[in-house]
Amino acid sequence: MSTIAEPTIGGMAKPKKRSEFLYFALRNNKLRVGLVVLTIFIVLALIGPLLTNYDPEAFVGPPSAPPSSEYWFGTTTFGQDVFSQFVLGLQSTFLVGIVGGGLGTLLGVVIGFTAGYRGGIVDEVLNMITNIVLVLPTLAILLIIAAYLEVRGVFAESVFIGCTAWPWAARAIRSQTFSLRSREFVDLARMSGINSWKIVFTEIAPNMMSYLFMAFILQFGGAILIAATLDFIGLGPTKGISLGLMMNNAVLWSALHLGMWWWFVPPGVAITAIVGALYVMNVGLDEVFNPKLREL
Amino acid sequence: MRRYFGRKLLVYALTFFLAVTIDWAIPRFMPGNPIQVMLARSGARAEAAEAMYTYYTQAFGLDLPVWQQYLNFWSALFHGDLGTSILVFPQPVAKVIGEAVPYDVALLLPAILLSWIAGNKFGAVAARSKQLDNTVLPIGYILTATPYMWLGILLAWALGIVLGIFPISGAYSYAMTPTFSLKFIGSVLWHWFLPFASIFLVKFGGWAIGMRNLIIYELESDYSHYLEALGAPRKLVRKYAFNNALLPQLTGLALDLGVVVAGALATEIVFSYPGIGYLILQSIQNRDFFLLQGCFLFIIVGVLLANFIIDIVYVLVDPRTRIGMTGEAA
Amino acid sequence: MSLQVEDLRVYYQTLAGEVQALDGVTFSIADGEIMGLAGESGCGKTTLGNSLIRLSARMRYIGGSAVLDGEELPIWDGERMNAFRFEKVSMIPQYAMSAMNPTRKIGRMTGELLESRKVSYHSILPELKRRLDLVELSHDVLNMYPIELSGGMKQRAVMVISTLLNPSLLIADEVTSALDVSTQKAVAEMLVEFRDREYVNSMIFITHDISILYQIADTILVMYAGKLAEKAPTEVIINSPRHPYTRLLISSLPTVGVKYAEEKLKGIPGHPPMLLDPPSGCRFRDRCPVAFDKCVEEPPFLEVEDNHFVACWREFEDA
Repeated sequence: MSTIAEPTIGGMAKPKKRSEFLYFALRNNKLRVGLVVLTIFIVLALIGPLLTNYDPEAFVGPPSAPPSSEYWFGTTTFGQDVFSQFVLGLQSTFLVGIVGGGLGTLLGVVIGFTAGYRGGIVDEVLNMITNIVLVLPTLAILLIIAAYLEVRGVFAESVFIGCTAWPWAARAIRSQTFSLRSREFVDLARMSGINSWKIVFTEIAPNMMSYLFMAFILQFGGAILIAATLDFIGLGPTKGISLGLMMNNAVLWSALHLGMWWWFVPPGVAITAIVGALYVMNVGLDEVFNPKLREL
Repeated sequence: MRRYFGRKLLVYALTFFLAVTIDWAIPRFMPGNPIQVMLARSGARAEAAEAMYTYYTQAFGLDLPVWQQYLNFWSALFHGDLGTSILVFPQPVAKVIGEAVPYDVALLLPAILLSWIAGNKFGAVAARSKQLDNTVLPIGYILTATPYMWLGILLAWALGIVLGIFPISGAYSYAMTPTFSLKFIGSVLWHWFLPFASIFLVKFGGWAIGMRNLIIYELESDYSHYLEALGAPRKLVRKYAFNNALLPQLTGLALDLGVVVAGALATEIVFSYPGIGYLILQSIQNRDFFLLQGCFLFIIVGVLLANFIIDIVYVLVDPRTRIGMTGEAA
Repeated sequence: MSLQVEDLRVYYQTLAGEVQALDGVTFSIADGEIMGLAGESGCGKTTLGNSLIRLSARMRYIGGSAVLDGEELPIWDGERMNAFRFEKVSMIPQYAMSAMNPTRKIGRMTGELLESRKVSYHSILPELKRRLDLVELSHDVLNMYPIELSGGMKQRAVMVISTLLNPSLLIADEVTSALDVSTQKAVAEMLVEFRDREYVNSMIFITHDISILYQIADTILVMYAGKLAEKAPTEVIINSPRHPYTRLLISSLPTVGVKYAEEKLKGIPGHPPMLLDPPSGCRFRDRCPVAFDKCVEEPPFLEVEDNHFVACWREFEDA
């Protein structure tokens, strides 16, 4: 359906788009490493709770016990199983990433795309809004809101994050839309009388897919980090467990002084690994989609 | 140029307006009576509680119509009156914040600036050779993916407790009082180092990665190729690439400030470092809304001011904005 | 002889394999000669031009040699080539309009470039100013940023900079392609002026527009699919071309005064072969109106008349 002219190198046409991406994607080291790490944690999050038979909040074992075959990650100062808390925390972390990151991407795409495609006064206004939200130290606002609300859930937290993290995505999508909008094949489609929506979906969207995907990955990682920070400060969900909350508890109950590294090291490792894997995947994707950056 | 600054100032003004309004609005539109909540937490005795209740209701102006409360808030703001703190009653909020500011500045300013400078240099070096790239890159990614407080926790545990080199709480030894003695300054520095390091390292990773990617991009540009075609030595080409890559990094610095505030907050909590972040935590825990509002406003003003300064620097440094490109280059 | 190229081969590395973009070209250019290099997109002319000064990341030197003023150009060795660049071989690139660092004033950039090549900016400044006058650029240009100049002005500035050290060989890559017709004329004439004043010794003028070459080139070299088709003095190429490809090219040019109401403008049917796995024999074979059985063997590039080279079996029948 697309009327993109295939570029030629010395008379050779590029291989079909989809298989080309797949081919590069599978060979890209960064992408592979990132995916592997991410998958490990996803699997852990999904099947983890099945591996343990302890209730994460119950006091099941000797307090402050180091890792052993019974308690893989040891126990907290209250005798709760750290591993059970860990895998549950992983679930909540991924949830925040998906919901918060997804919402942020959605908002960013809608706003960025509208601004870029319409231009003019619409663009000016949306741009101003984007800049305002960008400059606003949104964490401070989140603090205030979270401080006043007595009961909070993971979902609410994700929504907060999504609503404040979108400017980054909006900016990137907007600039991409700008450059695509003025390309010849769009003008061609317009001239042939196809209506706007159709143009958007058939001509512009496929070219933006890569950016949408990368934007989502960054939002996902960012949401996880922000959530961890919020949880740590104590403004996270009031019920349930998350990795940030584990760290919060660890510090609160002197895990540092007691040398209970098994309590605070795993959550941090998990977050760092997941977010790091996402960032690395992002760079890998950039290389896949942008031929200039590829190394042969 | 006037248009450029005019626009920026407009954004900042609107942001400030919006932020202050949110700050003012939230306690008033939340469920429950904020004053009751504050007082319940403060645990004052009945008669004292009565007096405080009247005082605060009046101070908050909850007995006045809404629009008047709003205007009063603004006028108090311009008089520098941020109210009185409950936590350390009856000290004015402005004073409490004022005492915390120097510690924050001492922590954040070097951490932000040094990490930016060092990160950029390292990123540039990494873009140069494959070997360096393969080592610097993963480290950079790991660092930037690390949550601030976790690095803080790790450092505190490893260097503070296990190795016992650095202290892990407070801004200076609890046994001392602030004086201009060498011993005191030494104690301050010792206490300052770990919080500084946590923020520095995380940001360093981020800037290094960003710079490396930007330089690779610049080295593929037309002007780089032209210089190479004319036999310019690699040093010159890299110098130009570096200078041009700094520009987006500068913008990134401005945009980052709001985020750094959050990170600093978490770090201060880990180390019980008495900066604004720590104040915020205490005011949250103790429901001291005045203090919270004051801290928040302070952060807002700080971030906006820093953004503005960076905007000025950017114009001085990038000739393209000075010549006045019409419309924003997205 | 100023430049002698012998069996030069440069391929592009791609995922699908090696694209044989420049596949064994041999020719020479005399002192003071302006040679036009013409051909379709993808025929290898830009590859040829680039290979003589700077191999891009994707290009791979396979074999052959280029000798300039008696010295061999070490084109496979980027480091060693630096000594020759700018002073012996120079280039006005295809992307001249974005060739200058956008955040540096032009004078300053030129100065830094020169100093890095061990030439004192101060001492060369008077000459630089004279040349700016020649191309009708004000001296103020040195104090401006590239963004302050129009496209044509940037092009002229790059022309001056590239030829500042009086190179022996100048490669002008599609310098007129992005300009309007009157500016094209002005720029082309400036280049000839440069040669007449001996700012440059010989020049390779790469373009797909033969009509410009007619105005300024001494000789024209026609390329097709990575190989040479024909080389001859301009008059000869335009009026009595011998290679079938050249003939079709010339005849497909619109002529002033002729109406095409009756007859449509003729192109050349078909398209050039893929150079990933090029066909054996003459590469023009499939589109050639006079191809015959000998064409399955690759024709050599032979001199059939004084200073007139052709690669076509048909033409050798007479010689």
